[in-house]
Amino acid sequence: MAEEENQNELVADIAPFDPTKKKKKKKVVIQDPADDSVDSLAEKTENLSVSEGLEATFSGKKKKKKPAHSDLLSDEKESVGEEVDDQPGDDEEAGEIVLQQLPWEGTDRDYEYEELLGRVFNILRENNPELAGDRRRTVMRPPQVLREGTKKTVFVNFMDLCKTMHRQPEHVMTFLLAEMGTSGSLDGQQRLVIKGRFAPKNFEGILRRYVNEYVICNGCKSPDTILSKENRLFFLRCEKCGSGRSVAPIKAGFVARVGRRKAGT
Amino acid sequence: MSDLDVQIPTAFDPFAEANADNSGAGSKDYVHIRIQQRNGRKSLTTVQGLKKEFSYNKILKDLKKEFCCNGTVVQDPELGQVIQLQGDQRKNVSTFLVQAGIVKKEHIKIHGF
Repeated sequence: MAEEENQNELVADIAPFDPTKKKKKKKVVIQDPADDSVDSLAEKTENLSVSEGLEATFSGKKKKKKPAHSDLLSDEKESVGEEVDDQPGDDEEAGEIVLQQLPWEGTDRDYEYEELLGRVFNILRENNPELAGDRRRTVMRPPQVLREGTKKTVFVNFMDLCKTMHRQPEHVMTFLLAEMGTSGSLDGQQRLVIKGRFAPKNFEGILRRYVNEYVICNGCKSPDTILSKENRLFFLRCEKCGSGRSVAPIKAGFVARVGRRKAGT
Repeated sequence: MSDLDVQIPTAFDPFAEANADNSGAGSKDYVHIRIQQRNGRKSLTTVQGLKKEFSYNKILKDLKKEFCCNGTVVQDPELGQVIQLQGDQRKNVSTFLVQAGIVKKEHIKIHGF
């Protein structure tokens, strides 16, 4: 299997007609042998020779690859169709797929509505992307983390991140502290000082979870939301699509006494 | 804490989960696995929210044997019994609980970094 993939990759890299890297496998498989069999054959031979030159040890590959072509051909087509079907909901995925190859190419079936719709969106996105409603990605900067002494960690751009998420620093702080099971506080320069040693990667994971739970709208995935508190319950309202949902309160859960011996618990 | 996938409007039956395990008290049927840092590179894993019917001591015994670590059952005034284990056993514990059929995978929440 690994060999096969390897080979496919090679082919995809060499083949002149797909500049994009994604979906290399499919591309290779889809090449229609009926229309330009001569061309593809020539290419195949070329590819094979090149790949063999690179890795001469895998000799059984040639046989393996050919059947894969033929029987994958039928179901690949279907799967491409499916992906296009998903398209109106998920804008970001469909763009690349249809861009590379129109799904009906090489067959003589009728176009389907979704495919054509995808094509229109594609062209629109290519020519003037701001019209297509392409979602801008909110990029969060990676957390900057310093060590204060050996036992404390300082989260430097904590305020920055809170601002990008449009969340109260207190809320983010309680979440972080609850997840890490430690204590901490904001210092004079509005940095978060946390007891314990944590790597930036740890913060990233927790922040990601925070964003998923308390920032991202479930309906439209936009981070443009407002968190409000209505009689003890937190509610998330989306600014884009207007949907709302309740979010779970932050609970610290069980925190064991560490350090000195247990006194009360 | 909150289950994110519930709000997606599909053929999902929102009451399926509630009906399936009505023994837990509402949303408290999650098993929380947490980690806590101790001094140095030591840490502590706590397992909270297992069903009351289970014998905590027996589970603990198997956990200890499986992971070669020590541990104890702590009685917490609010949260009931909590299993504590030495070291970062979060992955181990979750796989163990799932494999033993004590908890379903989707009812386990792993906290911490």
